Amino acid sequence: MKISPLSMLAVLGALAFTLSASLALTADNWSGRAKSDNVFGMMFGDGRKLFANHFFTMADVYFHSGYYPSVFDQRATEEKEIISASHGHKDSEEDEKNEDFLGKPKDWVDAFGRNFRITQHTHLENHNEREILPWLRLAADLDPQKTEVYTVGAFFLREHLNRPDQAEVFLREGLRNNPDSYEILFELGRVYHDAYHDLDRARNVWQLGIKKFMVAPADRQKDDKLIFEELVVNLARIEDEAGNYGAAIDWFHAAQKVSPAPDALQKQIDAIQKKMAALIPVTPGKLY
Amino acid sequence: MSKIFALAGVVIKELYRRKDFYVLFVLTALLTLGAGMVNFFHDDKIVRYVKDICLLLIWVSALVISVVTTARQIPAEREARTIFPLLAKPVSRAQVIVGKFLGCWLATGVALVVFYFFFAVVTGSKEHFWPWAAYLEAVWMHWVMLGVVIAMVLLGSIYFAAPSSTSTITIIVVGGILLLGTHLKIIALQQPEPMQFILTLGYFVMPHLEWYDLRDFVVYDMGLVPVRAVALATLYAAVWTGIFLVLAWLGFRRKNLTT
Repeated sequence: MKISPLSMLAVLGALAFTLSASLALTADNWSGRAKSDNVFGMMFGDGRKLFANHFFTMADVYFHSGYYPSVFDQRATEEKEIISASHGHKDSEEDEKNEDFLGKPKDWVDAFGRNFRITQHTHLENHNEREILPWLRLAADLDPQKTEVYTVGAFFLREHLNRPDQAEVFLREGLRNNPDSYEILFELGRVYHDAYHDLDRARNVWQLGIKKFMVAPADRQKDDKLIFEELVVNLARIEDEAGNYGAAIDWFHAAQKVSPAPDALQKQIDAIQKKMAALIPVTPGKLY
Repeated sequence: MSKIFALAGVVIKELYRRKDFYVLFVLTALLTLGAGMVNFFHDDKIVRYVKDICLLLIWVSALVISVVTTARQIPAEREARTIFPLLAKPVSRAQVIVGKFLGCWLATGVALVVFYFFFAVVTGSKEHFWPWAAYLEAVWMHWVMLGVVIAMVLLGSIYFAAPSSTSTITIIVVGGILLLGTHLKIIALQQPEPMQFILTLGYFVMPHLEWYDLRDFVVYDMGLVPVRAVALATLYAAVWTGIFLVLAWLGFRRKNLTT
């Protein structure tokens, strides 16, 4: 039987169209990738999370203007400085010493080679902090569940670049991807409190953060005591600012249970108690 | 000397007749411009990531151009049998080696100037700042480093069977030096003997091509490398280039060209 190539092509074309029409709906469910709402999810699937950490590290590399230990260098601390900076940490002399991963030159090759490497430990400043943002954006796209990307990005946008609007947008995106994240809620509260001076919204967001913390698994609670302390202390301060001294003292007492420095908090409690005492009207004594 | 320049001129003409450079340049330009057009957090002053990406592409492209162009020089002359009339001019085998090296090096230099000019225009238009001295230093060091690579490839093209194997092996070696060169001593110290001795020996006898990578100085605006260090590094590269060219000449001198 002789079949002309054109008719064979027509039959195959018709068959391909029929199959694609019938399989189109079911094929969508074969892979989760097609459902992904960003291009990286479609391209790499869950493998994209591997790259997210690298891009987050790149942000830290940029923050140090290239002065950064490689995988072969030994470094005293493992925590990224952009994270500690977002928690208000400033480098002490001891920290600077620990971060001198290069040490003394090992030989003449190393000594001469240092002419061509960045050997000064510096941090970005004067609005140059913006240079870390592309890497944070990429890290967030690659791993939307990496909450520290949102908190660090929002911190630099709010604190160093004077862009609380963008910080809020970024945090809201993070919150949509991580609805139970008390870290993001804490940073969002800082945007409302520090940038917008909106005490009510800050209070609501931080209280929600504490609720989320309370229902978190026990091991996460144990690891994130610092965040809980920050939430509670900030709530205490907000109540102090608002003149709700009783509530402020209650929050400080809650903070004392997890704080590594409860004595410092006790001093703040004492200060509030003094303010309360000064408010109690003094009953006039008998003059005669 | 005129014979060497005549040979070099042929190699330069070959570079702009072939498509390698144009393809890599267009690819670099498209990727850089694409990256530059992305807007992060509505901030149009962010520029360092564009510099980083563009310089990485320039380094990869320049390495590919120099290796691929050099690797086929002598094998192509042998295959087309044009090496015989060339040597009958008369041109000595040493002049062939030096002429081919000079041609490839100058051709790569022309390509580098085009790439870095594009880099300066794109990044300068974003940050309105042109640190020309830093750019010149970066181009010079890059070009000097490629001189060593080209001499290394010429040597490889004498001993290895085909241009493809020469290119692959050289790219792996150069990539390895660029990535691990600085850290080889640290890696060596973590190894048991005799590996520690072998790696330490390798660390001291290999050409330290990683010194010539000044991308970080350009990307992070860290100023200039001291001129004395650049001069010494240039001398170091010249010595290594000389070593590879002499070894290539020694191999080529005894090479049977009829097979």
